[in-house]
Amino acid sequence: MRALTWHGRHDVRVETVPDPEIVNPRDAILRVTSTAICGSDLHLYDGYIPTLRAGDVLGHEFMGEIVETGPKSTLKKGQRVVVPFTISCGDCFFCKKQQFSACDNSNPSETSDASRLLMGHPMGAAFGYAHLTGGYAGGQAEYVRVPYSDIGPIVVPDHLEDDQVLFLSDILPTGWMAAENCDIEEGDTVAVWGCGPVGLFAIQSALILGAHRVIAIDHYPHRLELAKQLGAEILDYREVDVREALDEMTGGIGPDACIDCVGMESHGLTIDNIADTVKAHTFLGTERPHALRQMILACRKGGRVSIPGVYGGFADKFPLGQLMEKGLSVKSGQTHVQKYTKPLLDLIEQGKIDTTFLISHHAPLEQAAEMYRHWHDEQDEYTKIVLKTEAAKERQPAAEKVAEPA
Amino acid sequence: MADNRSVSRGTQRALIGAGVAAAAGTAAFLLARRTGSGGAPIEEISDAPDHVWRRGTSRYDADLFGKTVTICKPREQLYAEWRDFTRFPRFMENVERVEKLDAKRSRWTIKAPAGSSIELVTKITEEKPGEAIAWESKPESGITTEGRVEFLDAGPGRGTMVRLVMRYDPPGGILGKDIAKLFQREPHIQARRDLRRFKQLMETGEVTTNASPSGRASESPTEPRI
Repeated sequence: MRALTWHGRHDVRVETVPDPEIVNPRDAILRVTSTAICGSDLHLYDGYIPTLRAGDVLGHEFMGEIVETGPKSTLKKGQRVVVPFTISCGDCFFCKKQQFSACDNSNPSETSDASRLLMGHPMGAAFGYAHLTGGYAGGQAEYVRVPYSDIGPIVVPDHLEDDQVLFLSDILPTGWMAAENCDIEEGDTVAVWGCGPVGLFAIQSALILGAHRVIAIDHYPHRLELAKQLGAEILDYREVDVREALDEMTGGIGPDACIDCVGMESHGLTIDNIADTVKAHTFLGTERPHALRQMILACRKGGRVSIPGVYGGFADKFPLGQLMEKGLSVKSGQTHVQKYTKPLLDLIEQGKIDTTFLISHHAPLEQAAEMYRHWHDEQDEYTKIVLKTEAAKERQPAAEKVAEPA
Repeated sequence: MADNRSVSRGTQRALIGAGVAAAAGTAAFLLARRTGSGGAPIEEISDAPDHVWRRGTSRYDADLFGKTVTICKPREQLYAEWRDFTRFPRFMENVERVEKLDAKRSRWTIKAPAGSSIELVTKITEEKPGEAIAWESKPESGITTEGRVEFLDAGPGRGTMVRLVMRYDPPGGILGKDIAKLFQREPHIQARRDLRRFKQLMETGEVTTNASPSGRASESPTEPRI
């Protein structure tokens, strides 16, 4: 099959690799129709994740059609499903608590040792990411082996287009959980740092969950424009002092909840890289930890801080005293995708949530390497890229919007 | 600007000083605790299993290692599964085969480097249904080893804590690193991973594998990769 493989910093290629096979009884094989490039794929593209190996297949936002099932899969051939990026068994302590991304079984015992060392406990697994998170092949490919297929994939109705449901795999539940973690109350103002795909979904989710106002912060004009379309007030941090602006816009109280949709890109996941990162942050201070520091100072006393943004290790100059003295609550974590797919699919069907407005480009899987370059270099224009396989053409001959702005 | 810099340098020095003082204080506190006042041996009070005790305490044992996992299944079921040693190859990576010799004794065939194997005969020395199983190797085995698995209630609705504690005594002439070679890994790493595989098998019905395609010609999409 054809698949996008990683070979090093800024070196990804579409090449021919073996087809996946059923290995365990609960497995299914998915024939991919649509697969997106995620913001977190840029961490891999930039080479910041050292447990990635040359030849690994990337991609963790994908959907398609079931073409083969193991004897214990509950799926049927021909079913159209979206697959959560988190691989979760459904049977362990964490899955039973619906903390699916903390699954205790999905990371094989051989690969979980490294994350146990780094994090204190073995992390759950994800598709198409580093070997730290299981080393499973990803979905920027024609076919994917889906473990625990009776738990993860959600069957989607035929009348919904791929583009409407694809983001159930990651960024929509991630934005939703980010907003849910704000424990929004009546009259609340929610401030969202970062208007990438997760930020845009967090804005939409916060409004659905009852926020009185949402204020969005970024510096890409097009992304801020999308945030405004969703109903957010916007701040370009190049134009205004964000903390002063937020204070003035909230009558001196500050936002009730703050969401970090920025994350901290420049960190690795091995001990030596973390040491480097700590050094870098001590003496250089990039823009990104600045966002989290800023939101702790901006948040109102007794407010809530929600962190869906990805961090990997130790942060320096963290305003811990400010966090304590102001009595802030912090919620964070990789998304428990399986918990949210069904209710969010219902919202999509009811037309209450718009999942397609952020897609700026479609392209065939064969052009994936080129799309990674655009995604990396032109973030204002490229707000979300969806790749289509040959299988997508068979399914939707009308949807020929290939390689053109949507 | 210059003022700011000198202030921050001063602050930095103060912080470093405070850090050093704190570290020294902590060390002094710990040392005081370890030796007790007047150098008298102190009473050991921790409620922890044997394999986590520090060097220098009376319960420390260098050859002992152990690991505990929580498995969302009842104790009786897990006990029954473990009691049948012939099922070990399903989750013990380097165990090729276990044959039952009689009610208490089993012969293990363990994969060794270069396609060879070693044999181990074990005898069950303790059986408490639903609670614990212990075994030890018989003298005719190539390796001296003993193991004990305990099944403890994990609290309401949480299943069972399964604790595996093992010891390897290298026979004369064999060093620890040779055992590691023989077993493909350090025995404690192997035991920890085997226990995780047991958990996977019990909870999910299968041993987790990341077997999937890659662009590396040396790999098969049906074999696990590390």
